Amino acid sequence: MMASSYNAKEEDGHHSGSSSHGGPGAIKSKKPDNTAFKQQRLPAWQPILTAGTVLPAFFVIGLIFIPIGIGLFVTSNNIKEFEIDYTGVEIDSPCYICAKNFSWNSTTSCVCSVNFTLDQPFESNVYMYYGLSNFYQNHRRYVKSRDDSQLNGVESNLKQPSKECEPYRTSDGLPIAPCGAIANSLFNDTLELFHINQNGTKQRVNVTKKGIAWWTDKHVKFRNPGGSSNLSVAFQGTAKPVNWRKAVYDLDPEDPENNGFINEDFIVWMRTAALPTFRKLYRIIQKKPNSTPTLSSGRYVMEITYNYPVLSFDGRKRMILSTISWMGGKNPFLGIAYITVGSICFFLGVVLLVIHHKYDTRTNSAEIPN
Amino acid sequence: MFLKCSLFVEKERRVKANSREYNDKFLYADNRIKTSKYNIFTFLPVNLFEQFQRVANAYFVVLLILQLIPEISSLSWFTTIVPLVMVLVITAVKDATDDYFRHKSDQQVNNRKSQVLIRGSLQKEKWMNVRVGDIIKLENNQFVAADILLLCSSEPYGLCYIETAELDGETNLKARQALSVTSDLGDVSKLLNFDGKVICEPPNNKLDKFTGTLNWRGNKYSLDNGKMLLRGCILRNTEWCFGMVIFAGLQTKLMQNCGKTKFKRTTIDKLMNTLVLWIFAFLICMGVILATGNTIWETWIGRGFEMFLPWTKFQISTVFSGFLTFWSYIIILNTVVPISLYVSVEVLRLGHSFFINWDVKMHNRQTNTAAVARTTTLNEELGQVEFIFSDKTGTLTQNIMVFSKCSINGTIYGDVYDEFGHRMEITEKTACVDFSYNLLSDGAFKFYDNTLVEAVKQKDPAVQEFFRLLALCHTVMSEESEGKLVYQAQSPDEAALVTAARNFGFAFWARTPESITVCEMGQVVTYQLLAILDFNNTRKRMSVIVRDAQGRLRLYCKGADTIIFDLLDPSSTDLMHTTSEQLNEFAGEGLRTLALAYKDLDEEYCDVWMKKFLFVSAVLENREDQLAALYEEIERGMKLLGATAIEDKLQEGVPETISKLNLANIKIWVLTGDKQETAVNIGYSCNMLRDDMTDVFVVSGHTLTEVQQQLREAKERILSLSRVSDARNDEENDMFADDSVFEEAIITEYALVINGHSLAHALEPQLEIVFLDLACLCKTVICCRVTPMQKAQVVELVRKHKRAVTLAVGDGANDVSMIKTSHIGVGISGQEGMQAVLASDYSFAQFRYLQRLLLVHGRWSYFRMSNFLSYFFYKNFAFTLVHFWYGFFCGFSAQTVYDQWFITLFNIVYTSLPVLAMGLFDQDVNDQNSLRHPSLYKSGQNNLFFNKRQFFLCTVHGMTTSFLLFFIPYGAFSVMVKEDGSHSSDQQTFSITIATSLVIVVSVQIGLDTHYWTAVNHLFVWGSLAMYFAILFAMQSDGLFGVFSNIFSFVGAARNCLSEKSVWLVILLTTAVCIVPDLFVRSIRASLFPTQTDKVRQLQQSCKSQRPEEQNLRRARRTSSRRSAYAFSHQEGFGELITSGKNMRTSRVSSTCSYERTAPSSKWIENVIKRTNAVSCISFGSPNKQHQSLKQPDRLNC
Repeated sequence: MMASSYNAKEEDGHHSGSSSHGGPGAIKSKKPDNTAFKQQRLPAWQPILTAGTVLPAFFVIGLIFIPIGIGLFVTSNNIKEFEIDYTGVEIDSPCYICAKNFSWNSTTSCVCSVNFTLDQPFESNVYMYYGLSNFYQNHRRYVKSRDDSQLNGVESNLKQPSKECEPYRTSDGLPIAPCGAIANSLFNDTLELFHINQNGTKQRVNVTKKGIAWWTDKHVKFRNPGGSSNLSVAFQGTAKPVNWRKAVYDLDPEDPENNGFINEDFIVWMRTAALPTFRKLYRIIQKKPNSTPTLSSGRYVMEITYNYPVLSFDGRKRMILSTISWMGGKNPFLGIAYITVGSICFFLGVVLLVIHHKYDTRTNSAEIPN
Repeated sequence: MFLKCSLFVEKERRVKANSREYNDKFLYADNRIKTSKYNIFTFLPVNLFEQFQRVANAYFVVLLILQLIPEISSLSWFTTIVPLVMVLVITAVKDATDDYFRHKSDQQVNNRKSQVLIRGSLQKEKWMNVRVGDIIKLENNQFVAADILLLCSSEPYGLCYIETAELDGETNLKARQALSVTSDLGDVSKLLNFDGKVICEPPNNKLDKFTGTLNWRGNKYSLDNGKMLLRGCILRNTEWCFGMVIFAGLQTKLMQNCGKTKFKRTTIDKLMNTLVLWIFAFLICMGVILATGNTIWETWIGRGFEMFLPWTKFQISTVFSGFLTFWSYIIILNTVVPISLYVSVEVLRLGHSFFINWDVKMHNRQTNTAAVARTTTLNEELGQVEFIFSDKTGTLTQNIMVFSKCSINGTIYGDVYDEFGHRMEITEKTACVDFSYNLLSDGAFKFYDNTLVEAVKQKDPAVQEFFRLLALCHTVMSEESEGKLVYQAQSPDEAALVTAARNFGFAFWARTPESITVCEMGQVVTYQLLAILDFNNTRKRMSVIVRDAQGRLRLYCKGADTIIFDLLDPSSTDLMHTTSEQLNEFAGEGLRTLALAYKDLDEEYCDVWMKKFLFVSAVLENREDQLAALYEEIERGMKLLGATAIEDKLQEGVPETISKLNLANIKIWVLTGDKQETAVNIGYSCNMLRDDMTDVFVVSGHTLTEVQQQLREAKERILSLSRVSDARNDEENDMFADDSVFEEAIITEYALVINGHSLAHALEPQLEIVFLDLACLCKTVICCRVTPMQKAQVVELVRKHKRAVTLAVGDGANDVSMIKTSHIGVGISGQEGMQAVLASDYSFAQFRYLQRLLLVHGRWSYFRMSNFLSYFFYKNFAFTLVHFWYGFFCGFSAQTVYDQWFITLFNIVYTSLPVLAMGLFDQDVNDQNSLRHPSLYKSGQNNLFFNKRQFFLCTVHGMTTSFLLFFIPYGAFSVMVKEDGSHSSDQQTFSITIATSLVIVVSVQIGLDTHYWTAVNHLFVWGSLAMYFAILFAMQSDGLFGVFSNIFSFVGAARNCLSEKSVWLVILLTTAVCIVPDLFVRSIRASLFPTQTDKVRQLQQSCKSQRPEEQNLRRARRTSSRRSAYAFSHQEGFGELITSGKNMRTSRVSSTCSYERTAPSSKWIENVIKRTNAVSCISFGSPNKQHQSLKQPDRLNC
């Protein structure tokens, strides 16, 4: 490295000599361009964060957050919600026997009914959810155990599901449709709601099972294979998931449009929950056109076809009835959080104000050594 | 061959001239030089091997392998391989280009031609084919190809002259003399039969030592350094010479002195590596925690959950499942140290380097050189320098001696006055004296005071005598080159004086051992030279005794004023007082002074003295002392003529730069190969040494114990004095009596000057700590007469024991080792060749640019890099640790929170540009204020912006953010439903909410971190946010899902999720909660405990409208003690060389008519005068007179 220098020196001398003969134009100036960018003089905004400059921000945050928080809190409180746990853990629970005697192989389904009373009428649309606790829909192996292409109706994946679906990929040599652990564990309890009139008769509460899934899921993400109207033909050569009692094309016996992969209960289930305690929309109780409440106060009975075992992993099953507002369901957390954060900001703003008045003026003096 | 070489330890070297067969036995290195690392075939494997030695790269490969195992893989392989390949390719391309240039320069040097005596004739041969034992011929102004033993030369007595600037930085000529037995081998046939055998020391790096013997024709002759020409020297003033190669190629002393090229890493680099290791440890800890969690989960819950989620066949037990989970989490959490960190750091450094290259204020107009950052990896280190090691010649000084002023007979010449009688500052614009009337004048000489010329023209006898003295009393050699008179002086000071005399009409023209010919005002006059009373360190003066054309005898003397004043005749007392005052004035201006005196001698006295002189010269015992006494005897009673003042021109702005750097708490040590006097003088003129310093310690012992003694004494003195002041301080303020303050107090007052030979002892293991301690207590340290290797050793010493960043700045080959050893090497692209620049990390034209490089670019780089790293670690902790919290809610299954596309793109696309913009453009304080307040620089030296504490804080900040980022949405999502009642607490919504919050929080955070919002910053910050949303929607569009439905499974999630008001409320809340505390702490800190930077920033903002004018830091010179110009770089013994006639072109033996050789040159001068006559007639006297005068040398010829 060192040795190369001799050359450099000679060359340098030589170069400057020859270039000077070439006239003034030949000498290339190495002077860098005097541009704002290259000289790092770009015009710039240089904010300084001091108590004085920052405190308006705190007041603004405070003033925005507190009203939002109050609004959220009030809205959330206005939402009516009713929750009932029907897991059947306790002995006195009506579903105790069903839960206890559960077996995958039983051909008859166990039915149990839970009585409950609504103290207040539910005025607007009522949404009926089932809730599961301690159910790890977000487990990595569970989450990836699906084949989105298959669910999107891709023929090749129907016959050859993705490896991710193991061990629910094939059953007796036939490809499973829909494959994977998620589909296999489809929630299959049936919940039916009856209103008990004054005279003691049970009157079934009418529910809709459509419109519970996201529009994009139903129309984009999930599609039946083949396109032919006859689903059983399209699914020919596939096996039903191990735990299922019915084939995928028989999920909804009442509505043929709600069968196959686009069955809404199925779609809702396939949208895996983020946390081990979750609720999923089950049915919607539409508001009646007349002015009577959707669910009037009074006694109700819920009849459950108990198909879904959760006791082995300490799971819980719930049924939730809820109205909704502009911000969705009942959610006290957000309102309280907003009010708290807003208040803290406001308080910090005051602290900053004090500091600003006491100290900030002092620092302006130029008492800087060298 | 190479292997053998390295195995074979050479104890002594045997070389036989002209006998390749003999020398080949020993497998000495040939003259080929190889600095390159790779060739075409080795490049790929070697380079990849080197790259994978970097922990980071290896780590990512391991990750990649892990990701390919399906049981573990929690992320797709593409999240790692894309960035990794990018990094490898970029680095490989850079390495390849670097090596290409090394190959090219190696080749150029190796292919240089030299004349070698092979197979009976002189043949042109490439340098790389020159072998040990070959006899090569060198011609004037050629580089010496290897270390060779001088055999004979064109000059008498086998003398030759070399310039060693490339080796030790000294530009004066040095004489080398061949052995007398070989000096008459002057032709090829004789040389062919030369079969001398040299036995000498093995290759080493000592430039000034050589021991060996030559065996020839049965006799032994001892060899020393005076007979060696080293590689890197240039042959001067010698037509040709022959030499025998002793050391070649990498074994030459130059190459041995090179020092090894180290891969330089910055402090931050090292810190970063440590931190990365910590992070790995942290990663493993988290992995273990989560894996344990997984085992527990699988035991208690997973077993029961098996009906919905059966175990795979790999999952033998819960423990094994935990083990697999550990690796899965390592993969997921690896983004705490993303590859993009390394790439980004390189990009930043490259950007900073470009800013250095582009800086107009570091471009030198005269030489048209811009600053160049030759290494792009060290920029932030520039902001942390604590020690600067500077070369002197060519770095601090321009190595130009200028005859600046003189005092003749009590009158000062050299100042320029304006019409009102005020003294004017001499600038480039000042009109200089027109010397065109003088045919022999040197165009480069500049003088500004016309009155002196007038005085010469009016033939003022004192003035004439003054210049006559300068023309006669010296040891300069003259030469004719390209029709011009050229002087070869031993020291630049002398050259300056003789050149001044020449321009004022007393041109020294030629000398023989017995005469000096001077062209006095156009007339050629020859003086008979009777004796040269040579200079030495104790005499500090030299004299000549001459007889002029009229036969008068006169002694001319010049020397240090203190010495001369003692020897003056009482009649000169008045003049002495005046002159003394004037000398003080000169000294105050930092000029080197010399006093001039003469004495008329009468014939008899002189005869007697000459006899004594001859007698004493022959005495063997005590000759030195007797000679000195004899010299002093004749030098007594001189009459004072006046004094000269020579300016050793400093580079522009050196004292200002040094004082600035001192204010920035940077210690500057001067390491020079020059003499002590010169170095000290420069120390004074740079304001590094001052008369008001408490003490200047000079360490010049010759033995270990002496040096030890001196060091101890100096240290004790400092400590004892400081104890006194300590006691005083204690009383004054107890609060500040801690050590650091105390050390500061000491540093302001002491200086240390140490000599090369003492330094050799001081650097020995038992003394080095003492030396270092002492040196660090002193404000200024000057090491003189140091070899290049010693320079490196000093740097190494500080590096090793001080843990401080060192910077070496130099311009010559002698500085290369020091430049390579220090953390940062800066090369001055000056006059002394390019070695320093080629070995350096940064180069520019002048020393003064150092302040801008350090105080502006260095500080900014450090500031930016620190902020960048803090932010980067913060960002990635915030990003990654969300997975950790999620682990507790997903059964420790290594499920990611985010979409894998988000993970792939987060560091590369969503957040890279804003942080890059900040790292490139951010400025806390602008450049003017950075220079005006050098104390801002201290934060870099003390590692304030980025250290382990800072890292800890930013990781904690990141962890907190990740905690909030996870748990606020968690709180909201546990019961969240969409506005249409459908459930929205699903994983994809959750993921998008957290990801969006993260991107927004991180963007706001960079906004807080950015001090300097340029348009680019705005563009990048807003652009990144826009990009995030654009990509988010694009990735989740129906179209992409239709094509790759398994890869883009998030279809429609963003649309559903981001149309929810509640989701936005969660995002807003999360952002506010993450940002508000930091904002509060920042503003409180700035208000209550403002740092220096904060204050300067406020000041800067408050006076933004009125730009304050550039502060003038030029300090008034203080009066300082007078320093004689004489001793500087002057060597003893040249006088003897002249009187012996050895260095004359014609030897006394061979010609009775001793002016034979000067005849052609007299014809030449005749021609010059004739030619000029034809053109112009401005000259002294009439042409006739000139003709008469021209005849004189002709007569002299016989």
